Amino acid sequence: MEQIFFYIFAVIAVVTAIAVVSVRNPVHSALYLIVCFLQVAAIFILLRSPFLAAVQVFIYVGAVMVLFLFAVMVLDVGKESFSEHMHSQAIPAVITVAGLLAVAVWLISTGSLTAPLGPYTEEALSKNTEVIGKALYTQYIFPFEVVSLLLLIALIGAVVLVLKDKGRGAGRRP
Amino acid sequence: MPDIATLLQVLLIVVKVGVVTMILFGLPLPLTWLERKVAGHIQVRLGPWRVGPHGLLQPFADMIKLLFKEDIVPYKADKLLFNLAPLITMVPAFAVFVAIPFGDSVMIPFINKEVTLYISDMNVGILYILAISGLGVYGLILGGWASNSKYALLGGLRSSAQMISYEVAMTFAAVGVVMMTNSLSLVEMVKAQSGSFLSWNIFYLPVGPVWFVIFLIAGLAEINRIPFDLTEDEGTLAAGFHTEYSGMKFAFFMLAEYVAMVTISILAVVMFFGGWNAPLEVPVPIPPIFWLVAKAAAFIYFFMWIRFTLPRYRYDQLMTIGWKILIPVALVNLLVTGFMRI
Repeated sequence: MEQIFFYIFAVIAVVTAIAVVSVRNPVHSALYLIVCFLQVAAIFILLRSPFLAAVQVFIYVGAVMVLFLFAVMVLDVGKESFSEHMHSQAIPAVITVAGLLAVAVWLISTGSLTAPLGPYTEEALSKNTEVIGKALYTQYIFPFEVVSLLLLIALIGAVVLVLKDKGRGAGRRP
Repeated sequence: MPDIATLLQVLLIVVKVGVVTMILFGLPLPLTWLERKVAGHIQVRLGPWRVGPHGLLQPFADMIKLLFKEDIVPYKADKLLFNLAPLITMVPAFAVFVAIPFGDSVMIPFINKEVTLYISDMNVGILYILAISGLGVYGLILGGWASNSKYALLGGLRSSAQMISYEVAMTFAAVGVVMMTNSLSLVEMVKAQSGSFLSWNIFYLPVGPVWFVIFLIAGLAEINRIPFDLTEDEGTLAAGFHTEYSGMKFAFFMLAEYVAMVTISILAVVMFFGGWNAPLEVPVPIPPIFWLVAKAAAFIYFFMWIRFTLPRYRYDQLMTIGWKILIPVALVNLLVTGFMRI
């Protein structure tokens, strides 16, 4: 039963992912990306991690993609320029993807790329949020802090960039 | 072949989803009537009066009108997205109700079986609700973009900026409630507030009322109601993102808006006003669901009251309230709540 659902979600995810890079209209590809992220969230639920699924929907589908759409709509990226971008990179992209696929297939078929379930039983995982919270704030506290610092830097960087631009523009005005 | 018990459980879930969906589809009928009546009486008018006694049949007349209206798709509109956008708004608004608890559990009299009054008690309930209700904004943005009209596009852009800004404050309010009740599950949240009204989160002094005000303001902005209905500002944007929509597609947007208002009302009750718990011990047995519905109805009335009392904010004022007032207050309040919970 679970496998059937996994295949449904996986197939939709792959198809929409291909659609993201192949459709001409940037707004349509943003929509396909939303569908793709939703499938990934569904797969997280199959993997017994509802917290990750909710966060995936909340952050990627809810926040990041809205900003993405916002930018696409404001910038008004033309259909032509988008397809031109694809053109020059098509051959290297195909080679890279084929190479990655070959490596992944080889690793999985030899059994060196596995994801063991970890030391958690089904009952422990029903309190999924607690497990993740404890792991984040004890075992992985250092990477966690580094990531939050990185995000803070990005945030301040964006504000600084905007302020600088504004100052220059104001100076140029007669 | 799965056994009978599993099949029955699946059937029960299907029945529950069906019942909730039917109720939600029917809700806008009384709500539109009520909204017009409230508007009328606040403005010293009668409101709807002609169709049926006290205008009670007005919503049905409106429904028939909307069904028979010509469905216009603007020239050069993106047809697929234009038709899809009302659905994208409506589905998340309904999907939220999977996690909303209406009561604990009741005995069904004839088959002697205990049935829970919620579809699913997720252990990430509040996160699920915030995440899914955030998806509704795509319908607004895509509908605005697909209409190929400048008013609709500007309305869509405004709504996306507004939603993103106030979602942050709303999530902070949810974090505050999670800290006060130690759980992400809405059922656990209500159970933590059982007892008299003094154990409700709103009376968790001094932080409870602050969280509630943050939640209420952010909620008003999330459901695009006055004083934050910048997305459909008649004065400057015609009708905002749904300028080009007519007939049933327009009705779907309205339906989603009313369902979102009900969601925010029930969430406010569940998170701050003790859900289905009675405020005081009453000697007469009153079913708990009565309290939930009564409190939610009070909130719905409050939202309508506000709509016809307050003027609309300017766009820059909206952003200032969101980013420079609500979020800093929420951060300070988070710190205070943290110290209180140690």
